[in-house]
Amino acid sequence: MATLERATPAAMHVHEEVLDNGLRVLIQEMHTAPLASVWCWYRVGSKDETTGLTGVSHWVEHMNFKGTTNIPRDKVKGIIEQFGGYWNGYTWIDQTTYTETATRNALDRMLFIEAERMTNCLYDPEDCESERTVIISELQGGENDPDTLLDQELTAVAFKAHPYRHPTIGWLSDLQAMNREDLYSYYRRFYVPNNATLVIVGDIDKNEAMRGVVRHFDRIAQGHVSRRRLTKEPEQLGERRLTLSREGTTAYLKLGYRAPSISDPDFFPMLVLDAVLTGAKGVNLWASFRTPPAQRSARLYRALVDRGLASSVSGGLVPTAEPFLYTLSMTATTGTPLARLEEVVLNELESVRTRGISTGELEKAVHQLRARLVFENDSITNIAHQLGYFETIASWRWLESLHTAIESVTADQVRAAAVERLKSTNRTIGWFEPVPIGSVGGASGEGAGAGPVSCTVLGER
Amino acid sequence: MTVAAHRGLSPVRTVLDNGAVVIAKQSQTTPAVTVHAAFHAGTVFDPPHLSGLAHFLSRTIDRGTATRSPETIADELDRRGVSLATSVNRHVLSLVCTCLVDDLEPILQILADIVMHPVFPENEITTRRAEIVTLIRQDDDNPAVVAMEGFLAELYGPSHGYGRRPRGTVDSVEVIDRDALQRFHTARFGPGSLSLVIVGDIEPVRAVEAARAAFGEWKAPSPGTVELPVTPPPLARRVRVVPMMNKAQADVAYGFTSIRRSDSDYYAFWLMNNILGQYSLGGRLGGSIRERQGMAYYAFSSLDANVIPGPLTIRAGVSPANVERAVASIDDELSRFAADGPTDAEMAESKQYLIGSMPRTLETNIGIAAFLQTEEFFGLGVDYDVRVPDLLTAITRDEVHEAARRTLRPAQATVVVAGPYTGDLR
Repeated sequence: MATLERATPAAMHVHEEVLDNGLRVLIQEMHTAPLASVWCWYRVGSKDETTGLTGVSHWVEHMNFKGTTNIPRDKVKGIIEQFGGYWNGYTWIDQTTYTETATRNALDRMLFIEAERMTNCLYDPEDCESERTVIISELQGGENDPDTLLDQELTAVAFKAHPYRHPTIGWLSDLQAMNREDLYSYYRRFYVPNNATLVIVGDIDKNEAMRGVVRHFDRIAQGHVSRRRLTKEPEQLGERRLTLSREGTTAYLKLGYRAPSISDPDFFPMLVLDAVLTGAKGVNLWASFRTPPAQRSARLYRALVDRGLASSVSGGLVPTAEPFLYTLSMTATTGTPLARLEEVVLNELESVRTRGISTGELEKAVHQLRARLVFENDSITNIAHQLGYFETIASWRWLESLHTAIESVTADQVRAAAVERLKSTNRTIGWFEPVPIGSVGGASGEGAGAGPVSCTVLGER
Repeated sequence: MTVAAHRGLSPVRTVLDNGAVVIAKQSQTTPAVTVHAAFHAGTVFDPPHLSGLAHFLSRTIDRGTATRSPETIADELDRRGVSLATSVNRHVLSLVCTCLVDDLEPILQILADIVMHPVFPENEITTRRAEIVTLIRQDDDNPAVVAMEGFLAELYGPSHGYGRRPRGTVDSVEVIDRDALQRFHTARFGPGSLSLVIVGDIEPVRAVEAARAAFGEWKAPSPGTVELPVTPPPLARRVRVVPMMNKAQADVAYGFTSIRRSDSDYYAFWLMNNILGQYSLGGRLGGSIRERQGMAYYAFSSLDANVIPGPLTIRAGVSPANVERAVASIDDELSRFAADGPTDAEMAESKQYLIGSMPRTLETNIGIAAFLQTEEFFGLGVDYDVRVPDLLTAITRDEVHEAARRTLRPAQATVVVAGPYTGDLR
């Protein structure tokens, strides 16, 4: 086995500065490739949305690729590609972010784009309208996948009050009803320097980069972000269940347990517990799904997949600002009743609650997690992502202590976390039970909400 | 043994005495190494009555060897945080993993044992078969897969190596047994069909020595080739609709056969595809279908120039109400491209992008390893990365226009739509 010393990345040399307008800037020089990556993060995500406006954060993200005062609509295409670059963005529950990675000589261009995006986007009414159907298409494409659909329904049942309950893509009726003013006012409210973090990583000089940041961003006025008070999710009083009966070929089982947020002392014990149950994933939302976890010796893989009950099992624990969900997702093999799959997985979870994990399992999980932290830092884009991601949900300084936090987890802490977090009153169980294709009749084609979906919520018991 | 080194990526390419090719490249981004082993054992080598055999083998080859149980393999990999990803495409079966530098030697030993001495235990075959049947049934319920597989079956014929379902059918998988897996392994796996790429924070000489220690003693005959008929382009347009009324969105797969990778027109086709359906957000197709008309979340094209002419495929995911309009837009874009060719500005932009994106492509160990495998498979030479800029720069507007004229013919397109749509698409 490798010596752990070699698995420890070089000390982070992050230059941190806050402009007078409140923009937080994080710069890290990395001279491994002639590239630079810029990410601009906003503390706004679907948890900031109110009823009637679900999906607005994500729609705003789409609109922020459609031209600005100084980047005409027809000049958007190619603006970063001419530097061999790539750009993208994503929206989730706590955050909206934009990224460009290109050759290092594109740094000024990237900073210009992000400064424009912060304050000068156009929101042409025709563009808003045409993007409505693009987003509805994105929603419907997601709903073609039973597992995505089950995830969305399970989350909505697991939370009854906290806005984490609604999907980031939004509910269909809101996407049909929202208008340009809704989008633009939301944009103006949250896209201000004091609500943003700008991250630059790559083959650059930090002083020169900082001068570029000042040149492009210093003139942008700070704004007042009126953040509403979020409802705290009340204590869950009993297990919740839902069953989707929908035409399909395959059955899926999903368990969602209320999870600790990043700042909760239980987070790292839960991360180790997940590694024991389903294999270590690391903590990079942007990179981790690209490499499957090492999981063949993980408890649930052996209990479910190796015994032929499931064709796949995966665990999901992502660092979030507020308590979200730890999900366990399984695909039943053809012919395996969901009740049987559920019985076996719950027995396994009960076993870890009762007996905890062994020292060997703890060591393996810690080593796996440390290796994943190395693997997920394989590009400037991924490194820059992590700085911005953690700063947006808590603080980038979490990254400095990740290794220590993981290594200091004890078997007793893991067992205590399992006892507390994996109890039945903390979970929601979702079934996707396929009914034979053709047995329900034609769908309207207007998305799952209008299609032959029956969602039975049995409520708490 | 031959050793060659060049500038640019400058990988060290070594042919071991038994014929195995080892390509090593040092990169110091992280204290990790990516190992990418590729064998000429893709789905085109499936016997006609056993479609899905190569894929079945990819899911069972690492489930036990003469000296290691499946549990031992799992433990040895997992405790090092290593996940071995096996995958199969038309021509190649790959085993890829990333490990910490100090784990390289033991990982190569395990990998060598897996590919040289698999035993395919009966109980593993039974379990993996059930998994594969489940995967096939998931595919059957996925409009994107149904559209793409239907398109390839229409384009090449359902029994052609490029037209068959890569995972086979429930029926074919049911009859794949241990004997079939062992025969396929004996026929396709040997040092002569292996190319092993090692990229990471390790000196090439140490990487090559580790590879030699693991694979150097392997003796097995070189695998044979397989006859792949070249499919003539269809004379007329073919349209197939697969209604999936339980779905929310329809997937369109539309396209043609293209060219061989070895064709001297490859670089003109590469540029054509970039302009048509890649550049920025999906090239001209994305600009029309997504950006201007708001009809789809995705619309793009992809080019698979391969051992024989592979497909040029256009994909879009659209609301059922927009299927006809989206396909008509694809027709219009192709006709216009074939008639007028690219603009000078488009030529310049796409060249600049493709050349400029090379450092990004070659930033990570995994990216470099995949690039070097492609280079090796198509015999492009270890200096290919430094030749790409000149190869692309030399292409003229007329050459791209000619590629478009030759290929983008809506009247001879093959179109498959899968989703909640039963309309009269033509």
